[in-house]
Amino acid sequence: MSRLEEAIAAGRFIVTAELLTINAGGLDAVHRHFEPFEDFVDAVNATDNTAAHAHASPLAVAIALKQLGMEPVMQLVCRDRNRLALQAEIAGAALHGIENICCLTGDDVTAGDEPEARRVFDLDSIQLLAVAESMRKGRYLSGRRLDPPPHLFLGAVENPQAPPVHHRVDRALKKVRAGARFLQLQVVFDIDPLMSFMIEAGQKGLAERAAILPSICLVRSPGALRFIDERVPGISVPEDVIERCERAADPEAECFDVACELADAARSLPGVRGLHLISFRKEAGIARLCARLGIPTREERETIGNGSRVAV
Amino acid sequence: MKPLALIEAAVKKPVFGCQMCGQCVLHSTGMTCPMNCPKSLRNGPCGGVRPDGHCEVKPEMRCVWVKAVERAPKTPWAHEIADIRKPVDNRLWNTSSWANLLTKRDKVAPKGWRVEA
Repeated sequence: MSRLEEAIAAGRFIVTAELLTINAGGLDAVHRHFEPFEDFVDAVNATDNTAAHAHASPLAVAIALKQLGMEPVMQLVCRDRNRLALQAEIAGAALHGIENICCLTGDDVTAGDEPEARRVFDLDSIQLLAVAESMRKGRYLSGRRLDPPPHLFLGAVENPQAPPVHHRVDRALKKVRAGARFLQLQVVFDIDPLMSFMIEAGQKGLAERAAILPSICLVRSPGALRFIDERVPGISVPEDVIERCERAADPEAECFDVACELADAARSLPGVRGLHLISFRKEAGIARLCARLGIPTREERETIGNGSRVAV
Repeated sequence: MKPLALIEAAVKKPVFGCQMCGQCVLHSTGMTCPMNCPKSLRNGPCGGVRPDGHCEVKPEMRCVWVKAVERAPKTPWAHEIADIRKPVDNRLWNTSSWANLLTKRDKVAPKGWRVEA
């Protein structure tokens, strides 16, 4: 059982974080990226060519994380690999003891710096989850055996904010039926769509069947907020949030405050089991946010006790 | 393409923008062809749909799945939108889905494909 699976099963408050993309610099570079927040997180996501830009592969980075003593969540997107390559990555990950796998559709190639590339999408994210779940039970998609079956703990992503919003919980339920046990939600900068999503998730039983982790994004400047609003598919930032940060005497501190307020609101929503944190800031933004919110370190969360949810 | 496939294409292309995947699921997706999604997603919308309901990849086009979700409740197969559809069989491109429906060829799934209904 992976550390993440164990923490979720024990009902502890979960903190995961996204690792900034790795292009070069060896294991040191990987370590530098998670060092500032390593005390707080249960696991770190190794991303898969985010925003359709090529980077070190998620399997390679997940192995590096493991070697450095950090629990990886390996992301897999459907954009760059056909079903054979996807299954090979999962089998390869399992070979290295990587159990947490988060399956996503992936941004389109046109969102990246090589828009002329061929897009694959041989499977969609729900089919990928079903295939991974089949592998967990000991069969490739073809029916060929994997013996012994690999230990896998599967997750997915859902965007509470993108249209058709009234279909998002249903789609997340499909992912759970296909095999997802945890959901790292897409970043929001507005609590309202997240609140609606969580209420519906409670009504439809989604929150019981998967550990839902809303994502909070830390940025440095109002300019970054505007960039995300305009350029990142599926994420919008309310104009009043951008203006609030622009008008502030210290815009950087204001951006941090905005993220802390969102994180605080998100963790109090019914059904939320933890947070997924993303920081484009080089310094220890994630650790500062956890400290500001009074979230204990991972070790403290583990010793405070199993079975009962940590009051944070 | 064989004659039946040609006829099917002639009928379905102008109406549904049929891509001739040969394994039609139109009725379960609100009579909206999911193969018109640039990511060819057959189980629901991606997370990149724009706030106005248009496609991440083709901003001029409304998201196929926004339309599908809107239209499905008006069809007799409303509940089927929640079905988990199997991966596309890439051998069936440009064959007639009508023929594949009658022979049940379009229902053939890989042996490892098992999902909760």
